[in-house]
Amino acid sequence: MFVSMNWIRDYVNLDGLDIENLIHRFTLATAEVEDIIYKGKELRDVVVGEIVSIENHPDSKKLHLLKVDGGDRIYDVVCGAPNVFLNAKIPFVKAGGSVPGMEIKKCKVAGFDSEGMCCSESELGISDDHSGLMILDSSFVNGTSVKDIMPIDDIIFEVDNKSLTNRPDLWGHYGIAREFSALTGRELKPLTLGDLSCDSDYAVPVTVGREDLVYRYSCIRMDNINRSTSPDYIRIRLFYCGMRSINLLADITNYVMLEIGQPTHAFDATQIDHIRIDTPAEDMKFTTLDETEREIDTNTLMIWNNDTPVAVAGIMGGLDSEIVDKSNSVVLESANFDGICVRKSSSRLGLRTDASARYEKMLDPELTMTAIGRFVHLVKECDENAVVSSLVTDVYVRRYETITISFDKAYVDRYTGIDITSDRIYDTLVALGFIVDRQGDAFTVTVPSWRATKDVTLKADIIEEITRIYGYDNFEITTTSSNLFPVRKAVSKTEDNTIKDILVKKFAAHEVHSYIWCDGIKYKKLGIEIEDNVRILNIASPENSVIRNSMLPTLLSYTYENKGYADSYTLFEIGRVVDGTKENGYCDEVRRLGLVSFDKTAGEKTVYFNCVAIVRKLFADLKHRNVQFEKITPEHNWQHPRNTSAILCDGVKCGIICTLHPTNAAKLDKKGYAVCVELDLEAFNSIQPAAVSFDAPSAYPGIDYDLSLVLTDNKRFSEIAKAWESLQIAELKNVSLVDTYEAEGLKSITVRLSFSSCEHTLAMDEIQANIDAVLSNLKEMGITLRT
Amino acid sequence: MIAKTQQIKSAFDEKLSAIQSSAEIEALRIEFMGKKGQIAALMTELKNVPNEQKKEVGQLINELKQYVESAMQEKLAALKKAEEEALINATESYDESLPMTQEEGSYHPITLVQRELEDIFTSMGFHIEDYSEITDDFNCFEALNIPKHHPARDMQDTYYLSSGQLLKTHTSAAQNTIMKKYGAPVRAIFPGRCFRNEKIDACHENTFFQMEGLMIDEGISISNLIYFMKTMLSEVFKRDIKVRLRPGFFPFVEPGFELDIQCLICNGDGCPSCKNSGWLELCPCGMIHPNVLKYGGIDTEKYTGFAFGLGLTRLAMMKYGIKDIRVFNEGNLKALSQFNDK
Repeated sequence: MFVSMNWIRDYVNLDGLDIENLIHRFTLATAEVEDIIYKGKELRDVVVGEIVSIENHPDSKKLHLLKVDGGDRIYDVVCGAPNVFLNAKIPFVKAGGSVPGMEIKKCKVAGFDSEGMCCSESELGISDDHSGLMILDSSFVNGTSVKDIMPIDDIIFEVDNKSLTNRPDLWGHYGIAREFSALTGRELKPLTLGDLSCDSDYAVPVTVGREDLVYRYSCIRMDNINRSTSPDYIRIRLFYCGMRSINLLADITNYVMLEIGQPTHAFDATQIDHIRIDTPAEDMKFTTLDETEREIDTNTLMIWNNDTPVAVAGIMGGLDSEIVDKSNSVVLESANFDGICVRKSSSRLGLRTDASARYEKMLDPELTMTAIGRFVHLVKECDENAVVSSLVTDVYVRRYETITISFDKAYVDRYTGIDITSDRIYDTLVALGFIVDRQGDAFTVTVPSWRATKDVTLKADIIEEITRIYGYDNFEITTTSSNLFPVRKAVSKTEDNTIKDILVKKFAAHEVHSYIWCDGIKYKKLGIEIEDNVRILNIASPENSVIRNSMLPTLLSYTYENKGYADSYTLFEIGRVVDGTKENGYCDEVRRLGLVSFDKTAGEKTVYFNCVAIVRKLFADLKHRNVQFEKITPEHNWQHPRNTSAILCDGVKCGIICTLHPTNAAKLDKKGYAVCVELDLEAFNSIQPAAVSFDAPSAYPGIDYDLSLVLTDNKRFSEIAKAWESLQIAELKNVSLVDTYEAEGLKSITVRLSFSSCEHTLAMDEIQANIDAVLSNLKEMGITLRT
Repeated sequence: MIAKTQQIKSAFDEKLSAIQSSAEIEALRIEFMGKKGQIAALMTELKNVPNEQKKEVGQLINELKQYVESAMQEKLAALKKAEEEALINATESYDESLPMTQEEGSYHPITLVQRELEDIFTSMGFHIEDYSEITDDFNCFEALNIPKHHPARDMQDTYYLSSGQLLKTHTSAAQNTIMKKYGAPVRAIFPGRCFRNEKIDACHENTFFQMEGLMIDEGISISNLIYFMKTMLSEVFKRDIKVRLRPGFFPFVEPGFELDIQCLICNGDGCPSCKNSGWLELCPCGMIHPNVLKYGGIDTEKYTGFAFGLGLTRLAMMKYGIKDIRVFNEGNLKALSQFNDK
């Protein structure tokens, strides 16, 4: 929103103050100012000129050779404007002067000397009208600076609308003037309101249908308004504040809105007989004054003349009842509609207007009468023949409750942490329009109507009023005096950090982040089907609407997209997936670690065992525990039926490791292999770390005994190991894999059993019995030794 | 005998001078000094020398023996030195500047920034809390004093789920849970991922990280809030930071503020980064709204508190000079592999 400092000065005397500094304080105390524009700054040596001679240019149909009386002398000017006439008074820039964006110099135009320029309003920067020269009143004296006859000089600042969302009172200059008044301690002058008395006993009939959507509806009729163009100061202020001048009545409604924040609507009085405010019984079409036909539904509040719709309440008038230049009688609507209803209608229609933006903020219903008073005053000021031709109709459907708040200085001290005097508290609140009843350090305040629609309701709200005017820059800042408590990080937090460290530092893995939903297009490339899960109802791309139930498909997509990065890489993410819904229908959200290792140079088996090593390392470091792997039926159709295993620790399933189903593997890469690991971190976190046990290293040499075993029936090592694990041999300290051998259909492994004792050097005969027992167990299992 | 001794000496000198490597010395030693060597043979012949000459010849032989020994030592030392030098000169001098790489892993930039912040807050006695990504209307809005139809619900376009829940739009959604978990007094931060239904471009993401913090105790004041934000941000940016507060509207705080920091690039003089204002809008904060405390079961007559929200993603962009927000979630290792905590 643009704010004119000239307009503010109508209501607060700011003489002698540094305006820029004041605007800066406004930013810190009220709302953010985004820009300051100095209007008229670029206008130099522009005076009232009079065209005293006109000749046609010999070679041009458009150009004229003028002689202009600039007050001090006669100037030769070549001018291309179409509306030149003899003795016209026009704004004239002498050579050496300037208008916005243009320095005027003495020069030759089309072969003739030109010593200045005659200006249009657009060239002066006071409107966007560039159709011809601005024609000034003939009473002005030649040579008078235009700045002396029109309020061209002004400081305009732009306030960030977002920072005004909770302040309906700041959507007009008067509210902002009140802030400046509080900031400077200078008096806020009252608004001048017009006399509403009327000889007739006629009042415009008004019927409110939907009382739940209307707070107040006031209106009045005026007649005999013959002036159609607004005075310069109104036109310039409107233009500086971002609006266009249309005609006197439309301009004054806009002016009143910019001044006090209350939107009003001027109906052509000949089109109005009986006003009704109601929602339509059925959907309908309606053409608004921007000449657009719109679909109106049954939730949209409309203004009707009898049964004819004439306006969308609080948003925009209809084309047919618009004020046109020939209207000389008007019915002025000044109403307060329900902000939520206006906001919803406005977003349904895709039509946000200056009026709807204000209604959304919950305007003060008291303003409707103020707006009528200002309107009548301004119309009469512009056209002395205009008359009020009806009584005021004022249907006050609902009132906001009066809010009173009690507090004392101690409360303010506690909340602010500084000492703001009771006098200061009193002065600030009074300046902001609160009615303050003070008994020493105790206060009872009545919130002014313009702040009572939603903004100020509690003691804490009062704190804001006091402190922002006091100035946060003036706060003495202090640390707290809170008690100390030990702070421990949650297991999930510390374990996440360690997992990341191990993966990054030991396994050179890369951490990535991905989206919480399945990416339909990316999944399709890898032939991964999206499985049914909780959906997002309002996502822009419907192919991404399903929430992921596994970290891995997206990580596989990222693996696919990174093939240009290196021949091999591992990426991982700690994130969240939804594992269906719980009994109460809510999502079962779980934390997972997803990891995909990809390699174009090594075989799948190598990559697989690297991943096994990663899993073992995580459990060894964080839990001091071994893990078991157990082949399972795939949970997703992209997993390999033979190489999908559950990861178990202490009997708890903590995750899975898998290779890709050949169909998906082929889509991922022709040469490279990906292996996936997914850990359920809640299960992982829940496993208690085993105590680190200590065995003093034996000082005596031990015995290594190698066994070469022939494997049959795809027996897993974990089963074979039972041959010695079941014996619980105290001296057996370690078992390691020495070699695997595969030839002529024969698969065998060599394992080394390492025996030692802490007391003495082991002799072969001491362990022979154990070895025999192992061999006999193996034989029972049907495992033979390789010869 | 004397002549023979002379001959042996000459023969030795000739052979010694012909030797090229230290390994040959041993052969020479055996030939002259060995048990069956030439000098040993001379000693054997000494018994045939007439007695009166024995002393003279014996002396000569001894002298020869000493001469051979020391000449060989000298030669050996010289050869060894030469050989060592040759070895050194033959050795490659390694070029460390060769562009050789070791495979390194990398952390996501959010992890790095988050760890740094968590360290700072832990050092100031804050709990670090985790919170779900999916929440419900109550936690995300209702308990934060954002009733139905409040414009704040329009301001943030929310992803609603078929389960009747929603993806959390801000980390403030965790406030209620944390207040109920700890009661008062409490100091906690809660970093987390947030979601807003927005079109993605270089400056906008629908999935991003925030970090919320709150502190509730007896007598927590605006003055404390300013002190705390200034201290915390000075730690974050590792320099003394100037802050200013402006009124800001957030339904869950009262008073609410927008906190600006003096522009880090121009130190407040005005530059394109701060749109010439000298200040950067960094984080919303405020005194926790009494209604929010009440929802959290906290006695508003006894306790007050402040809360703040930091945009972790934005902070990471500032810290690393990331211009395009899409870097965070698109999993491009060419970009992400640079963040390896070196």
